[in-house]
Amino acid sequence: MDPLQIIFFIFAVITLVAAFLVVTAKSLVHSALWLILALFGVAVLYVLLDAGFFAAAQVLIYIGAIAILFIFAVMLTRKDLRDAGSQQNGTWPLAAVLAVVLFAGLFFILSSWSSFGMPKPDMPAGANALSDLGLALVSANAYLLPFELASVLLVAAMIGAIYVSLIKK
Amino acid sequence: MATETLIWLLPLPPILAFFLIVLFTNRSKWFSHTIAVGAALLSWLGSMIVFIRAVQTEHLGQHPFESSIPWLATGDTFLKIGVLVDPLAAVTLFFVAWTVLMIFIYSVGYNNFGQPKGDHDKPGLPPHGATATDNQGHNHAVLSIEPMYSRFFAFIGLFAFGMYTLVVSDNLLTLFVGWEIMGLCSYLLIGFWFQKPSARAAAIKAFITTRVGDVFMLLGVAYLYSETNTLSFREIFTPENLIRLAEKPSVLPILGLSTAGLIGVLLFIGTIGKSAQWPLHVWLPDAMEGPTPVSAMIHAATMVSAGVYMVIRMFPLLSAGMENGQLTAAMQLMAVIGSFTALFAATIAVAQNDIKRVLAYSTISQLGFMIAALGIGAYVAAAFHLVTHAFFKALLFLGSGSVIHGMEHGVLHTGNHHVDPQDMYNMGGLRKKMPVTFWTFLIGGFALSGFPLVTAGFWSKDEILADAFGHHHWVVFGTLALAALLTAFYTMRQITLTFLGEPRTEEARHAHETPWTMLLPLVVLAVFAVTFGWVGIPEDFMGLRLPPNWFHEFVGGTLLEHPEKLTFNWLPLLTSLFVALGGLSLGWVVYIKVKAGMGDPLAKPLGRVYGWMKNKWYHDQVYDTLFIKPAYWISEQFTYLFMDRKVIDGFLHLFARLTPWIGKGLREKIDLPVINGVIGDGSARVTQYFGRRLKFVQTGKVQQYMLAALVFTFATLVYFLFTLRP
Amino acid sequence: MIPLSWYLLFAAALFCIGLFGVLSRKNAVAILMGIELMLNAVNVNLIAFWRYLAPAGIAGQAFAIMVFAVAAAEVAVGLALIISVYRRRDTVAADEIDMLKW
Repeated sequence: MDPLQIIFFIFAVITLVAAFLVVTAKSLVHSALWLILALFGVAVLYVLLDAGFFAAAQVLIYIGAIAILFIFAVMLTRKDLRDAGSQQNGTWPLAAVLAVVLFAGLFFILSSWSSFGMPKPDMPAGANALSDLGLALVSANAYLLPFELASVLLVAAMIGAIYVSLIKK
Repeated sequence: MATETLIWLLPLPPILAFFLIVLFTNRSKWFSHTIAVGAALLSWLGSMIVFIRAVQTEHLGQHPFESSIPWLATGDTFLKIGVLVDPLAAVTLFFVAWTVLMIFIYSVGYNNFGQPKGDHDKPGLPPHGATATDNQGHNHAVLSIEPMYSRFFAFIGLFAFGMYTLVVSDNLLTLFVGWEIMGLCSYLLIGFWFQKPSARAAAIKAFITTRVGDVFMLLGVAYLYSETNTLSFREIFTPENLIRLAEKPSVLPILGLSTAGLIGVLLFIGTIGKSAQWPLHVWLPDAMEGPTPVSAMIHAATMVSAGVYMVIRMFPLLSAGMENGQLTAAMQLMAVIGSFTALFAATIAVAQNDIKRVLAYSTISQLGFMIAALGIGAYVAAAFHLVTHAFFKALLFLGSGSVIHGMEHGVLHTGNHHVDPQDMYNMGGLRKKMPVTFWTFLIGGFALSGFPLVTAGFWSKDEILADAFGHHHWVVFGTLALAALLTAFYTMRQITLTFLGEPRTEEARHAHETPWTMLLPLVVLAVFAVTFGWVGIPEDFMGLRLPPNWFHEFVGGTLLEHPEKLTFNWLPLLTSLFVALGGLSLGWVVYIKVKAGMGDPLAKPLGRVYGWMKNKWYHDQVYDTLFIKPAYWISEQFTYLFMDRKVIDGFLHLFARLTPWIGKGLREKIDLPVINGVIGDGSARVTQYFGRRLKFVQTGKVQQYMLAALVFTFATLVYFLFTLRP
Repeated sequence: MIPLSWYLLFAAALFCIGLFGVLSRKNAVAILMGIELMLNAVNVNLIAFWRYLAPAGIAGQAFAIMVFAVAAAEVAVGLALIISVYRRRDTVAADEIDMLKW
């Protein structure tokens, strides 16, 4: 086992446990905090995949914005300071079975794929993934349009969110 | 213009007048009568031109003006129709044109053109008088204008068209068309004042009675066509055709009639109807319900003459097979019926009080003369009497109309509307009040009686009597002579009662002469009534050597074999003179003494016979019992009550009961239970049942929806994976 | 050397956990957290496939960027909606927001 594999293993386990706790925690605030941990773990995995930018983006966007937003939302939607009762609804056994079946199915399908156990290839010589990405995002031949549309989408979401949550007198 | 083209155009102006008046000028009286009289004038002009040219043509009989077009395709051949003017048609055109024109002009005055509208006049009733205020403020009752003025002119225009068509046609088909158009017009015009029940009844009587004759005539035409395959006169009257038809026995071998004989009899029956011979004479006296110009036109000058014209035209056929003066069956029938009718009608005329009725029976009687003449083979004499009779009878009718108008003036003056202006016993002394009418009527009456030498009637009637005598038909001669005596008698009776003596009523005292539009035609016709006879004076009259008889030469040329000229004999001439003068004087003597309030001087001496004469020998009553009542019975009891109501309606009612029964059954057995119950309501109930139970699937909870979706998706996926794995 | 399979299985597990959360949590905000987990799993998949199969290309990265943006937008709107619903009906339990039912 080389060191990368160990790091992967540790952080994968951390992430999965945190994720599991997210969906089973009784207190919503705990859920949110476990979510932050899980997102961290995913960021580490990005680093392992030589996608440093994405790791940074993950931390900034997901943890820095989205998770905080979650905490705000939890705060704003509490009736009293205690969460009462079980946080699972009545059909949670079926959901569990379904999740397990899905996982088994995915594993099943993927394992019959030829490149399933493929080792990591080297990065191409002279390739600068980040600058390539940057250039691609502003090049009209590449991903300029999706980039612009994404910004439009964000604006729309912002306006929509504001509008939906306006308190009308 | 070629004569043939002109002949084609002769019937055109009157029919154009008819359509123009009906479509456009119905509202304007002046336009209507102008168009009508103008049309009559145009046709008159054309007829005169044709007549003059005809007279100038040598041997017109062999080379008549003719023109025909192929009209109806019948297999390989064509039925041709066209025009033909031979001598007979030429003289007929002459009198038709003149009398039609005169009657049209007369109608303007008769319908009181220029007079105010009546006080209570309604369309459909005769005009009843208007109140006019003169310049001193006095109200006078005056004659009022006929409300249906334009309609009258339209109808007589149509009528003239029918007559012209009949006269110029060269075949039986268009002749029959003209015949029927005139029949229609006579119905329309006899029933002109349609609000009067008597007029309506008279119109129907006329139409139906002539129809009886027309049916037989059509049978004759059809039979003729089937034998000769043509209806054109020139083609029928070839000698080969005539001999063949005369020798071939007919399909109905009754009385051993040959084909020609049967056809002749059938055609003659048409004339019996149209020319009001016994026994189909009953319509003509009732036809006096129509306005007087109508009586003149239809029943004196033109329509009834058409019947005689037709048999004269068909004379070659009727006389086919005649050998050595032996009359054929058709001719014998004609002679018998003609002479009988002449005498029969004359007896009735003697006892009539209505001025127009006398003339009506007189017409029937004179037509009998013509038929009898033709029956004994006197072709030219019959044609001659046809022409002269048209002139003087039209004159007499128009004159009687003038008299009646004059009397109506008197009635309006006295205001007593119960006085019949047509009853001769209410008249008297009118010669002083209505001189022109008097003199023209006198001329006409003398012509009718056969006053010697100066009247046309004398020459034509004398020729008939001479022919009868010369060919030894004694019975016919005697009957006709007796009829002529009665004719002169009742004519003088009529003139005496109407014009001579003193007025018998106030109304007669205040009678008034009629306007020039009515007097001018009287004068013109009087001229012809005097002069026309002179074209037919026999060559050897009274042993003198006179110019040849133009009429005999001209009209006689129509036939293939020119009729022989009769040698003069004194006896018929003396008989003519005796009956004419004797009858006239007798009439004067008997009736000059009739004063107001007195009855007919003949009533007592003749006793019961007078009653029979006055009542037309009860023919109407006999026909009523024999034909009319049974016909009504059949139509009412049998056809209506039994056939129509019980059988046909019963059948329909059966359906009416069956259909709802079927409908009810369908509704109750199929519609309601099956379609509504099973299909309609049933499917609704099933749907409802499932709906009510299945609706709970929609809980509104999103997570449950997602769960369900995912479960099904994975199940399907698993299934496919396991079935597709090799 | 970390084979691709490890990443893929990891992503699958994360996804399933997220799915479990979505289907079984009462609180609407918790459901959104489950959705976040699922989106992250997808991103991991994308980056892994990019790195292992086409490291010279840009497509994987660009797609992952888009997922980031979309996820952010979606969380914003979703939470705004939940807050709005909370204001109206005074509850954020998914079970109690069930008006579109029979």
